[in-house]
Amino acid sequence: MAEAGSPKKLPLDALWRARTSKFGDFAGYDMPLQFEGLIGEHNWTRGHAGLFDVSHMGPSFFALPKGHGLEGDAAHKKVASLIERLVPADIQGLKPGQVRYTMITNAEGGVLDDLMIARPAEPGAAGDLYIVVNAGCKHQDWALIEDATKGEANLVRADDRCLLALQGPSAHVVASAVIDPALAEMSFMSVKRYDAFGRLTVTRSGYTGEDGYEILVRAEHAAELANALLAHAEVKPIGLGARDSLRLEAGLCLYGHDLDATTSPIEADLAWTIQKRRREAKDFPGAERISAELANGPKRKRVGIRPNDRAPAREGVEIQAGGRSVGVVTSGGFSPVLNAPISIGYVDSEFAELGSGIDLIIRGQARPATIVPLPFVPHKYVRKK
Amino acid sequence: MTTRYTKDHEWVRLDGDVATVGISTYAAEQLGDVVYAELPAVGASFAQGADMAVVESAKTASDVYAPISGEVVDANAEIKGENWQIINDAPQGDGWFVKLKIANKAEFDALMDEAAYADYVKGL
Repeated sequence: MAEAGSPKKLPLDALWRARTSKFGDFAGYDMPLQFEGLIGEHNWTRGHAGLFDVSHMGPSFFALPKGHGLEGDAAHKKVASLIERLVPADIQGLKPGQVRYTMITNAEGGVLDDLMIARPAEPGAAGDLYIVVNAGCKHQDWALIEDATKGEANLVRADDRCLLALQGPSAHVVASAVIDPALAEMSFMSVKRYDAFGRLTVTRSGYTGEDGYEILVRAEHAAELANALLAHAEVKPIGLGARDSLRLEAGLCLYGHDLDATTSPIEADLAWTIQKRRREAKDFPGAERISAELANGPKRKRVGIRPNDRAPAREGVEIQAGGRSVGVVTSGGFSPVLNAPISIGYVDSEFAELGSGIDLIIRGQARPATIVPLPFVPHKYVRKK
Repeated sequence: MTTRYTKDHEWVRLDGDVATVGISTYAAEQLGDVVYAELPAVGASFAQGADMAVVESAKTASDVYAPISGEVVDANAEIKGENWQIINDAPQGDGWFVKLKIANKAEFDALMDEAAYADYVKGL
């Protein structure tokens, strides 16, 4: 659902344009696609630290109205209960400073978007949530949230700011040196504010399979922050192209491809995002289908696929078994780390067994492939207590 | 030997009635690192504009069309041997795709020459 008209420019457009001319329209934004080369950028991120501009995404704050009169856990439980009308995750159960991955589901149990919801660490922010949704869905998501909670809470868009992702094994070293040594102490999937470069909202999170951070910075301080990060010898700018190959290797879903309004979280192998309290309460949109699939298993499942030869199987490639159509590839390409093609797809559950042989129909020709575990490349998230 | 080009960024070099075909330096740069390529079998015949080969980078898959009609008399053994790097290293040299025994020289003459192709690329 890209916006009509010419694509919007990022606040840091000039900064990226000084480094690459390879831009493209993505979700209504003119985004840098590539800098020195997709595979080089991909490997740099896996070995050092990559800086990504993801300001096209939808960061926002969702808060109880001023003067709500609640404190601490009570305020959090109230605001969390409002957002739980739309998502199946246990948001009330978030500890201060904790981030959770979840999805907005529809009444049929399909996925309208996947998103991150964070409970701020700061006591003064009790009753606030920090919510980051996908670029292509943000207008829909924000409208859904507002409609479902009208008069009970306020949604404030923060997509006029910059969202920078710093990803890779050196990210913590860079972030400590440039922003604050305390960033190295954050646990993966936690959030904290820092009084630096104006004020930053930092989550230790990402979508590459690497350790790293996503940093929300006001537009007027964004260039200063980006330049300070880029000045570090371990950091290179990375385009949207490598962001896609990194998330594919990490086995993560790309909304609109691996997830859509017809796929359920259970089919997508995201049952882990629905915590016990919600499973028992069955009080989220689509609970009927999702509960049934949790109990009995889904008809189809999202799986990892390794072609047995070298031909990449990209989105839309039909999956067959014994000459019969059993599924479709939803994302596919080349893994620089494995030096081999990889794909994500959905197959009928009876063919989802690890090690199962399937055929990929590429340009009319059946090519053998194997169902493999996800992720293709192990995650390197940093877990602290 | 003159080299001619198509709007789809194939190049053709004619030697007698055998045309060597590949993708242009511009095309190789646009594609980025090649991770897969598929060449037709020797003996296969193609009409001008028909799907003849496939080249894939990390970014995308591209069809390579027969720039002129002909029969495949040779396919690059390096590429068949999965040395795809050669397409990035020397797209208009050792990274050639196939040699075609051509059917109609007029098709070749009608393609863009070096200067016309340079102008065409500039306008993209």
